[in-house]
Amino acid sequence: MKKKMILSFTSVAAAMMVAGIGSAQASTLEEVQDRGYLQCGVSPGVAGFSNPDDDGNWSGFDVDFCRAVSAAIFNDADAVRYTPLSNTERFTAVQSGEVDVLSRTTTRTLNRDTALGLNFGQVMFYDGQGFMVRKDSGINSALDLDGASVCTSSGSTTELNLADYFNENDMSYLPVRFDRADEVLAAYDGMRCDVYTSDLSGLAARRLVMNDPSEHKILPETISKEPLAPAVRHGDDQWSDIINWVSHALIGAEEHGVTAENVERMKSEGSVSVRRMLGATNDTTGEWLGLTNDWAAQAIGAVGNYGEMFERHVGPNTPLGIERGLNALYTDGGMQYAMPIK
Amino acid sequence: MSQILKPPRQVFWTRGRIKATLFQAGFIVCLVLLVWFIFSNTLANISNQGIASGFGFLEKRAGFDVALSFIPFTSDSTYARAFWVAVVNTLVLSGLGIVLATILGFSLGLARVSKNWLIARLATVYIETFRNIPLLLQMFFWYFAILRPLPSPRDSVEFGAGFFLNNRGLSMPRPLFETGSSWVFAVLFVGFVFAFYMARRALRIRKETGHGVKVIHWWLLGLVIAPAATWFLVDASMGLSVPVLTGFNFRGGMVVLPEMLAALLALSFYISAAVGEIVRAGIQGVDHGQTEAAEALGHSRKDLMRLIVIPQAMLIIIPPLTTQYLSLAKNTSLAAAIAFPEVISIVAGSTLTQTGQAVETIALAMVFYIAVSLAIAGVMNYLNYRVMRQRV
Repeated sequence: MKKKMILSFTSVAAAMMVAGIGSAQASTLEEVQDRGYLQCGVSPGVAGFSNPDDDGNWSGFDVDFCRAVSAAIFNDADAVRYTPLSNTERFTAVQSGEVDVLSRTTTRTLNRDTALGLNFGQVMFYDGQGFMVRKDSGINSALDLDGASVCTSSGSTTELNLADYFNENDMSYLPVRFDRADEVLAAYDGMRCDVYTSDLSGLAARRLVMNDPSEHKILPETISKEPLAPAVRHGDDQWSDIINWVSHALIGAEEHGVTAENVERMKSEGSVSVRRMLGATNDTTGEWLGLTNDWAAQAIGAVGNYGEMFERHVGPNTPLGIERGLNALYTDGGMQYAMPIK
Repeated sequence: MSQILKPPRQVFWTRGRIKATLFQAGFIVCLVLLVWFIFSNTLANISNQGIASGFGFLEKRAGFDVALSFIPFTSDSTYARAFWVAVVNTLVLSGLGIVLATILGFSLGLARVSKNWLIARLATVYIETFRNIPLLLQMFFWYFAILRPLPSPRDSVEFGAGFFLNNRGLSMPRPLFETGSSWVFAVLFVGFVFAFYMARRALRIRKETGHGVKVIHWWLLGLVIAPAATWFLVDASMGLSVPVLTGFNFRGGMVVLPEMLAALLALSFYISAAVGEIVRAGIQGVDHGQTEAAEALGHSRKDLMRLIVIPQAMLIIIPPLTTQYLSLAKNTSLAAAIAFPEVISIVAGSTLTQTGQAVETIALAMVFYIAVSLAIAGVMNYLNYRVMRQRV
């Protein structure tokens, strides 16, 4: 009797508590500041983009973006907890607030921007979908792929582009679809498929962890546009602004030649626009975002400018060896262009 | 001191039944409130963030392809169609798995109680191995055990008669039914029903009179002679689509994908180990007096098993067997990890991410698994009821 009563009281109490949690809503920035760290959704291990080392420290291009955001908020690039997310998990994780920001080689599309309830930031990496095959297969063009078995990750733009490309070119194929990228890789390496398709950056990263990278080659065709951008959930404009402007600060820093190493000096020696960006004038750029005035200086100091991030993790001098291409600054014939910070 | 002690008046709501009813009603109200709260809160949150909701997406174009489908499907088909493809794939895998696991499991169970030392030990080793390794691991094992050693399509293992085995699967000829074959199938069906009826009749006669009636000729007539005669009568013709190596792979014919093969092997081997133990328990659970009596009556060892022990063992076997079948049907979801296109892979994978409607797609998958589980439980309960009734 007593037990039963306790049981029913607790269930009522539990219901009320859940209700209480549901109704309280703070801004994402306040939540993050109260919590003391940023929750960042990343890929579960893509060399160059987000990869944990032996000690569990994450590093990579996507990880650096999280570190930059963390530095802008906390003056501390390490106040981040990383959540590795598969293709199928990632959007639910953002929608439900499990992560504050998704920095995970995610393509910006209309559908995701609207129906999936996401807001995308500045494109951090202009990519496209390609194909990787074995060198001894004798395939030299994606148009030779009629009848091929194609290994791919499920739940990405990849599988849609794939269907469209083979349809348009009147070719047949067999999709072999895995949820996790390492399973795709194992199946391709285990000769299950003739082709591995993914974003070109992803292919370059995965080729590195093959049994013998030199046995594989990437076909010349790029079959889609994949603008990879960080994403946050709908409904918090301030938070969306912060994510956006951290990108602009990183790209702007490269435009102005501000680096991790010279950022402190630039605060006094830089041009007016540089000093304004770094919070060394009496403009209140930080206040408008809800941050401190040196937010950009902190971000740049933590990870360097956009070019430094690129060169450190994915550029020509890294194992990935990806050229700047479309990701060069607009002044160098690329597409990276920072909005003015003023 | 002859005063009669009146029991203290009991407050009405503390009386047993009323009290119980009150508590139960209270609990149900709380439960309904909680579910309603979760439901409305989810909907509110979804609409606050401007995320699409509802099942309208089912009518939209899916845009992805599926490796294996028993019903026509292209990337232009709808998400609803993709759902049905996934459902059929899952049901085929579960069905084949249950049949295989049952055959294997019963053989194992019989082997376990065998008087032959070697057979009994082999069965024990098999059971202890397969039921103690996690199913997911077994899936990966079979998948890569099948993939790695097999040659590429160009160097296929050829069995003759159009059968080829390679790391793209098992290619085999596919019969093409042309003119008049529908007649043959119709006659085959009628023949089966007729022979089945005759077999039931024979069983009844034996029960009533004790005289056995031979039925093998009825089966022969129904399944072979009548359809064959129809074949020649209507001059039916049948083509054969033979797999031919073109480019990367075989074209034509049909193919059993390595994903299908690996999933089927893993599921049926894993579940058969459990079924084997259930069958052993069932057999050993039959009173020893029954066996002794049968031996005293001069039954052979075979008849003793077939007529005395197994029918009684079924009483013990069927309820836990149901659990194993349910578990097999639900474990098909693990096949998503080796790229078998079943419900988790297509509905809770591709469809979920392409539409972003996690709540709806997961709900669909849940409804499917509940429906399948209830169906299996229903069939097995009916079977159990039949066996119980026979006993009385």
